[in-house]
Amino acid sequence: MNIQKNIEELHEMLLNKEITPKDLVKESLNKTHEVEEKCNAFVTIIDKPEMHEVTDNLLSGIPFGIKDNYSTKGILSTGSSNTLKDYVPIFSATAVLKLQEAGAIAVNKTALDEFGMGGTGTTCATGPVKNPWNTKRMCGGSSAGSAAAVAAGVYPYALGSDTGDSIRKPAAYCGIVGYKPTYGMISRYGLFPFASSLDHCGVLTRSVRDAAIVVDAMKGLDSKDQTTWDSSNIHLLSSLNGNVAGKKLFYIKELCNIDNYQNPSSMLIRHLDNFHQTLNILKEEGVTVDEISFDRTLLNALPSVYTCISSAEATSNMSNLTGIIFGPRGEGKTPLEIMMDHRTKGFSPLIKRRFVIGSYILQKENQERYFVNAQRVRRLIVDQMKKLFETYDALIMPVGSGIAPMLDGDNDILDNSDTRVLEEHLQIGNFGGFPSITIPDGFIDGMPVGINITGNCYDDENTLNIAYALESKMPYLNQIARSEENE
Amino acid sequence: MSKYKTVIGLEMHCELKSNAKVFSNAKNAYSEIPNSNVSPVDMAFPGILPTVNKESVREALMMALVLNCEIPEYMYFDRKNYYYPDLPKGYQITQMHAPVGTHGKVTLDMGDYKKEVLIHDIHLEEDSASLDHYSDASLIDYNRAGVPLLELVTEPCLNSPEEAVAFLEYMRRVYQYCEVSDADTKRGQIRCDVNISIMDEDAKELGTKVEVKNVNSFSNVYDTIVYEVNRQTKLKEEGKDSEIEQETRRFNEDDGTTIRMRSKVDAIDYKYFVEPNIPKYKITDEWLEQIKKTIPMLPEKRKEKYINTYGLSEYDANIIIKEKDYADYFEECLNLGIDPKVAANYLIVQIIAYLNKEDITLRDFYLKPAYLYQIIDAQNKGYISSKQAKEIFNKSLLEKREPKTYITKDNQQISDKDELQNIITNILDNNQDQIIAYHNGKTNLFDYFVGQVMKETKGKANPNLVKEILNEKLN
Repeated sequence: MNIQKNIEELHEMLLNKEITPKDLVKESLNKTHEVEEKCNAFVTIIDKPEMHEVTDNLLSGIPFGIKDNYSTKGILSTGSSNTLKDYVPIFSATAVLKLQEAGAIAVNKTALDEFGMGGTGTTCATGPVKNPWNTKRMCGGSSAGSAAAVAAGVYPYALGSDTGDSIRKPAAYCGIVGYKPTYGMISRYGLFPFASSLDHCGVLTRSVRDAAIVVDAMKGLDSKDQTTWDSSNIHLLSSLNGNVAGKKLFYIKELCNIDNYQNPSSMLIRHLDNFHQTLNILKEEGVTVDEISFDRTLLNALPSVYTCISSAEATSNMSNLTGIIFGPRGEGKTPLEIMMDHRTKGFSPLIKRRFVIGSYILQKENQERYFVNAQRVRRLIVDQMKKLFETYDALIMPVGSGIAPMLDGDNDILDNSDTRVLEEHLQIGNFGGFPSITIPDGFIDGMPVGINITGNCYDDENTLNIAYALESKMPYLNQIARSEENE
Repeated sequence: MSKYKTVIGLEMHCELKSNAKVFSNAKNAYSEIPNSNVSPVDMAFPGILPTVNKESVREALMMALVLNCEIPEYMYFDRKNYYYPDLPKGYQITQMHAPVGTHGKVTLDMGDYKKEVLIHDIHLEEDSASLDHYSDASLIDYNRAGVPLLELVTEPCLNSPEEAVAFLEYMRRVYQYCEVSDADTKRGQIRCDVNISIMDEDAKELGTKVEVKNVNSFSNVYDTIVYEVNRQTKLKEEGKDSEIEQETRRFNEDDGTTIRMRSKVDAIDYKYFVEPNIPKYKITDEWLEQIKKTIPMLPEKRKEKYINTYGLSEYDANIIIKEKDYADYFEECLNLGIDPKVAANYLIVQIIAYLNKEDITLRDFYLKPAYLYQIIDAQNKGYISSKQAKEIFNKSLLEKREPKTYITKDNQQISDKDELQNIITNILDNNQDQIIAYHNGKTNLFDYFVGQVMKETKGKANPNLVKEILNEKLN
């Protein structure tokens, strides 16, 4: 199928008129329906999408998917939440507008953990998303639908958002590339907020080059988002040269050295082994990789710091969901009763739990102890990273502690405290707003695993180039999910 | 009014003027048509982000400077979280951690004493939507949602309703003079919360304070304080001190009382935290200097000048500085060369009376200073009498035509002494009997002769000159 090719190949074929945007849209929609059947990956399938002509722009005439927490004018945008089950926005997110201006064609809206608040892809209002490599397994989240669709070959790319690891974790579980650039490089205007200081826009693709192309088109100053900055001197695609000799990387000893785990599972042993083998590939290219010791106390604080900050901001960010202006109107005698009814019926229990935590943390008597302290620890972690970036080009780490967990199994990640920090370390990238990219680096039991590279702020070109060099030395470029082997 | 000391603290909200709302690009303007000045940001659609209006920040900084406040190095905002149908985002963007101004101070002239008012802080925030309640429904108008609002909080340092109202009047004038707000209470552009407590004269600690919310006119602020002080005094005198509870009340305009809303125990925890979508912004010294230069001369300074330089009475000066429009009009008259006392007299006796009668503002008043000058100049040159001046003033206003169109050769006053002497000689010659009667003691006939001259000249004779000549001839 043509649609499973990468962006540059498709562009070439479109320019040479070997195919038309219409052909591609048809293929993409057919595949969408197929993947919907198999993986339950979509909230909305846009059967009659707004077409665009082929131009010099690499993205013109090529279909793509949008995570359903991006506001899309005239197209249902639910955030995978019942609180917005009928919500059709009157404006589009800046990132979406930029892609449409480039001539890209949106063909579906993908499912996510409700408002991005989850890491499993199982808490979407439309039901759990299944992994295209093995439908008994999850995709991870929250960009579950986008990851499943890109991995299954519905189109070359789909938009994601990343507050803790919501692009980079599902990318690893689905064997694809997930990239979130430096905070403020892509406007968040129109992205439904989860935790504003941690939220990033980004993309899921099957190659580093495609990720560079898409973010080149999405990024830029936006007068509607004051946290954006001028990145006009950054050209991601043209900076990819694969030349990495002399680059210096580090990984965190406490998380990557198997000796630090008591009774490690076979999965963990194989996963970390695969990670170290991948490092050898880089070393052969002239890259230095150092094992660095990171303050264990800070590392152990990671998950709680993330929970504190993200839940607090989320509680406030989602206070606009009252059913007064949009969303289904609740019942009640007073405005407060009406709001409460809307929220009681609309939110899943998981989200309510986060709201309770966030609300508790923000209470006057608790703020100093939880919220302010969490911010202090966040600052300490970021400072330590910045210091390391004075010496090193990037942090390189395995994603998670293994392959995608089973959808209904006893692999509850939250209870496995031993690997909890390994599962959640990608949050460091959100704390500092660092550019961070996951690429596939192998298979365990037929399921893909990923490796992550995180660089310093504004150093996106360098970070992507390291990923690009590594990708070119491994056989996972442009891989499409092959479920037959697993089911 | 009470043997106890009254302690008052004020929170004064003032809507600022600007091209756009404080965090969105919707128009900031009062409109009769509900929901006509609204952007997706004002309605808190999912995914919207705030963008700070620099103009509003400039205005807020100017007020911080005027109030002699400390200004923070960085500008940033906080979220105040609570649920209410008039608050679309479920939080208000305001300033709690680093208000645009803190520790300010102003001195009020209370007539026989000076009152120093301490400003706790002023901060920039957004207004909420407005609600209209009907018997079976409530309607929300988002025009007001996101309008820039400057909240000023005083220390509990005011000790009488007079002081409280004097301070509010003072601030209203400052807002108007600096052109940051129309500060029109009738349009709800100024709203106050009043904190009131009483204490024994020699007490060290403040009494339990009661907060009265949303008092919307200065006279209501006055009445609120009087009522609360009486209520609290009565409780205290009856030994029911404990019944003075820290609570929130509201003023009932119908009967001039205050009504309990909620106890402090039920106070809302607003869960303030820093707004993450607005990066910290450095307030440079250069910018502050620039703003300083644009602060116009404030009313108190103008008042001093009017009294000391122009010789106005304090009473007159107070009337003129009451509204910036008055003071501007007055000063424009002076620039044209009109005598300060004449200008003040016209303004106070004729113009302001006219404005009140017609219920219009000075902006809509037809006789601009340049037109007034035409009348006063003609009178000074003796072309017209003061009576004519008054007539022309009224006629010009009525017909909306320049005064000079009424000042022609025909109606110019006769101030030529020779010409008048001829006329008077003629009249006296024809009234010999009356002259005899006058000399025999009927001195009130003097006015008769004046009348005859006026009749002869159709009222155009310069009356002073006529009297002078008649005196010469008769006595």
